[in-house]
Amino acid sequence: MHLTRPDLAIIQNWIQPKSRVLDLGCGSGELLDFLQQKKQVYGYGLEIDDQKITECIAKGVNVIEQNLDAGLSNFKDQSYDVVVMTQALQAMKRPDLMLEEMLRVGKECIVTFPNFAYWRCRFYLAIKGEMPVSKSLPHTWYNTPNIHLSTFRDFEQLCKSRNLQIIDRAVGNSEHESHWATQLWPNLFGEVAIYRVTR
Amino acid sequence: MPNAIPEDSVGIVEPQIAHFDTPLELTCGRTLDSYQLIYETYGTLNADRSNAVLICHALSGTHHAAGYHSADDRKPGWWDAYIGPGKCIDTNRFYVVCLNNLGGCSGSTGPTSIDPATGKTYGPDFPVMTVTDWVNSQIRLGDYLGIHTWAAIVGGSLGGMQALQWSINYPDRMRNTVVIAAAPRLSAQNIAFNEVARQAIMSDPEFHDGRYADHGTIPRHGLRLARMVGHITYLSEHSMGDKFGRDLRTDKINFGYDVEFQVESYLRYQGDTFSESFDANTYLLMTKALDYFDPAARYDGDLSKALGQAKSNFLLVSFSTDWRFAPSRSEEIVDALTEAGRHVSYACIESPHGHDAFLIPNERYEAVFSAFMDRAANEAEQQKACEKGETACT
Repeated sequence: MHLTRPDLAIIQNWIQPKSRVLDLGCGSGELLDFLQQKKQVYGYGLEIDDQKITECIAKGVNVIEQNLDAGLSNFKDQSYDVVVMTQALQAMKRPDLMLEEMLRVGKECIVTFPNFAYWRCRFYLAIKGEMPVSKSLPHTWYNTPNIHLSTFRDFEQLCKSRNLQIIDRAVGNSEHESHWATQLWPNLFGEVAIYRVTR
Repeated sequence: MPNAIPEDSVGIVEPQIAHFDTPLELTCGRTLDSYQLIYETYGTLNADRSNAVLICHALSGTHHAAGYHSADDRKPGWWDAYIGPGKCIDTNRFYVVCLNNLGGCSGSTGPTSIDPATGKTYGPDFPVMTVTDWVNSQIRLGDYLGIHTWAAIVGGSLGGMQALQWSINYPDRMRNTVVIAAAPRLSAQNIAFNEVARQAIMSDPEFHDGRYADHGTIPRHGLRLARMVGHITYLSEHSMGDKFGRDLRTDKINFGYDVEFQVESYLRYQGDTFSESFDANTYLLMTKALDYFDPAARYDGDLSKALGQAKSNFLLVSFSTDWRFAPSRSEEIVDALTEAGRHVSYACIESPHGHDAFLIPNERYEAVFSAFMDRAANEAEQQKACEKGETACT
């Protein structure tokens, strides 16, 4: 089996075998399914989409219906090795509080989100004068769940202001543009920001 | 019944009776020296006996969960919507067993049975049962049927509580647990409703301290009232409003105390039918079993410690408008299971039908339930293949 999403392929490398993982907004359970089978990882996915919950159950991925905006108060402090949130931080009401909550429950957290400073976004906005619509940001401004778009630089500033330590940073591009420029200037050439953070 | 039996029905079924002569020690300290359990089965037990599913019934449930007793039956068993060929609990794949619990009044030994010690009906002298006692009797039914490890123990409401107790008491004898619209224990409000129901029965002049059979009568009014109160808690405000609104039976109000609103008529009908078919002592006993249920009690009140005993996979399901056992009650169980590191999935199903939703067809509920049961069936088949040496055992 292999992971179809490039951000998932990168972050699975950061997760140790047999760790306890909480996957927030786990979708159809692709990451947990992979980790369970390849790394004997043990964990739960939280999701609110009906269809995706059923898909998780069908795969044998533990999934719990839970609205993430209501917090994680039902999970104890430091009860997971890693708390993962892929492509969902930008849809939270308060991404900053979510990040704090993830690091309360987990020893470390991994987040991925679309980089709004990606050159295509900048180009779209600059030339068209409209909010960017792309493969990784397919919605129009009025119906998008992505209410808190940010950039590599924004996220690093948030971490700094909260005294959070960035252990790893990677760039995920939907078209697999692995270019030296992406590594050098992720904020301009990185489509998806991927971070591993601890306190 | 309709003219023809539907294709997705298990068809005509016949209840069977198992007798037990090994004394059953009960939580209350008393012992049942011998007893019988009435049960039905649907589907076929496979050669290695790995595909058996036990259905645990709720407060007023019976062993008749699916199919019809005769071609003239108007209605199928109480969970027919979920048990049958191609349904969530697929009888093409599973061997399904449903029994009437001890203390019941549908054919298993209970207050209406003859006490061999006295030659008279037990009546109020039948011991008060607990969920643990039921689970112990169900284990014996499994032994009797040659089932060591159940593929799944499944139940809604009080039935879900039995499934939960199973997972704690007999972790090695089951692989999956389905707990629907249940709670880890009753709230004060739940107990209060049960007490109103019990008082309604016990204050009926025909109750005669539970010895109404000796007087050739039944506490009809009390039972009726108990059922009416219970029924209100099974529905949601929304579903009642939807079904009856403030509709009147006649076209104007009469400024009197006869039945005027449709909802009154409905409740009276429910109460009347129930009071003629259900035993009052059984009703008292079942509500007590509910009140006493608290599997965490033996583990310092720590539910996650209790569920730490479990080994099975769990599916928990709740319904958005259920206020008898609200979603938050199921979530207490889910949280205890995640804390204990058990395999659990949970879905809260949008439904207008309150607590009764667990019995009613609902697309999403069916999708989630089927997905879980399909995995349980696949597991049972893999188990078979691995024991035959066809595939590697995991």
